[in-house]
Amino acid sequence: MIASIFYFLAFVSIFFAFMVVVSKNPVHSVLYLILTFFTIAGHYLLLNAQFLALVHIVVYAGAIMVLFLFVIMLLNLNVDKEPVNTNLMKFAGAIAGGSLMLVLIAVLSKTSIMLPAHPANTQIGLIKNLGKVLYTEYNLPFEIASILFLVAMIGAVILAKKNPHTT
Amino acid sequence: METLINFLPSIIIIIIMFAVTLLIALYSTYGERKVAAFLQDRIGPNRAGPWGLLQPFADGVKMFTKEEIIPVSANKFLFILGPSIAMVCCLMTGVVLPWGGELTLFGRTFYLQAVDLSIGVLYVFAVVSVSVYGIMIGGWASNNKWSLMGAIRGSSQIISYELSMGLSIVALVLMTGTLSFREIVNQQHGGILHWNFLMQPLSFLIFLICAFAECNRSPFDLPECETELVGGFHTEYSSMKLGFYLFSEYINMFISSAVISALFFGGFNFPGMDWLLETTHSQNIVTLVGVGAYFIKIFFFIFFFMWVRWTIPRFRYDQLMNLGWKSLIPLALFNLAAMAVIEMVKHQHLFGF
Repeated sequence: MIASIFYFLAFVSIFFAFMVVVSKNPVHSVLYLILTFFTIAGHYLLLNAQFLALVHIVVYAGAIMVLFLFVIMLLNLNVDKEPVNTNLMKFAGAIAGGSLMLVLIAVLSKTSIMLPAHPANTQIGLIKNLGKVLYTEYNLPFEIASILFLVAMIGAVILAKKNPHTT
Repeated sequence: METLINFLPSIIIIIIMFAVTLLIALYSTYGERKVAAFLQDRIGPNRAGPWGLLQPFADGVKMFTKEEIIPVSANKFLFILGPSIAMVCCLMTGVVLPWGGELTLFGRTFYLQAVDLSIGVLYVFAVVSVSVYGIMIGGWASNNKWSLMGAIRGSSQIISYELSMGLSIVALVLMTGTLSFREIVNQQHGGILHWNFLMQPLSFLIFLICAFAECNRSPFDLPECETELVGGFHTEYSSMKLGFYLFSEYINMFISSAVISALFFGGFNFPGMDWLLETTHSQNIVTLVGVGAYFIKIFFFIFFFMWVRWTIPRFRYDQLMNLGWKSLIPLALFNLAAMAVIEMVKHQHLFGF
C-alpha cells in the first residue's frame, strides 16, 4: 500500500518536474513547480514528517512561489517577446545537463540501499519530538541558521532601501 | 472493517460540516444584506418568502442560469481553475476545527471534530497561504489589465497580513504550548476568565485585523475596489464562477470567525459548563449546548465582520501596506517578545530563579 503510494507520488512529482522544464509559458512552469512542491510534501507525509510537510507547503508553495508568480506575471513574459534561444545555447545546455546526469548515474549506480544502523525513530517528524531535538541536541546549528536568515533579511532591506545620496 | 468504523464518525462529521458551512455561507449573503439594511435604516430583501428568507436561493438560481462567458483571450483551463482553488481551499480549513466536545452515541465516544491534527494551527496557515493562488491565477488567466492589477493587489495584501497573523499566533502558541486546536480549546475551560482574549489581548487584536485582510473584507477589500479597478480580479467572471469567488469570501468569513472563536473565545466552552455537567450528569447535553455556544460566538463574529463593513471606510493602498508592515508586524514582534519574557518568568527560567 505505502509502496504503491510512494511510486505513484514519485511518478507524479517527476512528471511535474519534467513539465516545469518543458512548458513554453513561464507562468505554466511556475504552476507546475508548485504542484511539484505539493507532491514533495506528500513524500514527507509518507515519511511521517507532518511538520516538515506543512512547513514545506507554507514556505515554498505559499510564500516563495507566490513571489515567483508575482514577478513573472508583472513582467508578462510572452512567447514572442522572450529572447530566442540560439542553437549554441541549446547545445551548451544539453552538454551541461548531460554531464550532470552522467555524474549522478555514475555515483548512484555504486550505492546500495542503506539501512539505518540503529532502529530509526519513526516519531521524530512529529512536532513535539522535532522541537525537543532541535532545541536541545542541535541548538547551536539551529541558532546559527536563524542568524543566517537574519543576515539575509537585513541584506534584502538594505538592497531595497533607497540611497539618500543618489536620489 | 474495524478501521472503517473508526473512520466513520470523522466522515460523517466532514459531511455535516460541509453542508453546514455551505448553508451558513448561503445565509451570510442574506444576513449581510439585512445587516446593511439595518445599519442604513432600510428594510432589505423582503420579497422572496417570509422576511425575504428565500432570497439566497433566488440569488443562487440567478447565478446558475446566467450566461457563462469566457473571454476569447483568456487561458481557459486556468480561468476555470482559479475559482475552483478559491472554493476548495476555503472548504478545507474546517476539518481541523473542534466543533464540540465529547459525544457518546451507540456506546461509542468521539469528539465532534473531523481530525485532531497535532499541528492544526499550522494546517490552517498552509491552507490560507495556498488560497492566494485562487485570486492570482484567476486574475492572470482573465488576460485583462484590471484583473491582473486586482490579483496582484489582493495577493500582496494577503501575503503581507499573513506575516503578522502568523506572529500573533506564535505568541498564543508560546503560551498554550500546543498547535492542536482541541488542546487550545480545552485549556480555556473554566469560565470567561480563562479565555485567551483576556490573556492575549494584543494577539487577538492583531489576529482580528489580519483576518479582515485575509478575507478581503472591508475596510481591506482593495482587490475588488470598484472605483479604481472595475471589479478587481473577478472583472471577467460571470455566472457560477463569479458565484464561487463571492461564495468563498463568505465561507472564509465563517471559517475565520470559527478560528477566532476557537483560539481566543474558548471555542465550545461556555460559562457554567461544570455546573451544567453536575446538574444533568450528561456529557452529551453539555456537548450539544457547547456546540450551540460555539455557533453563537461564530455568528457574533460574522455579524462583526458585516458591522465593520458599514462603519469603517476603505483604506488607501499605501495606508494598507503601511499598517501591515510598519504597525502590525512590529506590534506583533513586541507582543511575541513580551510573551516570551512572561512565559520565562512564569516557568522561572529567567535570572536563574
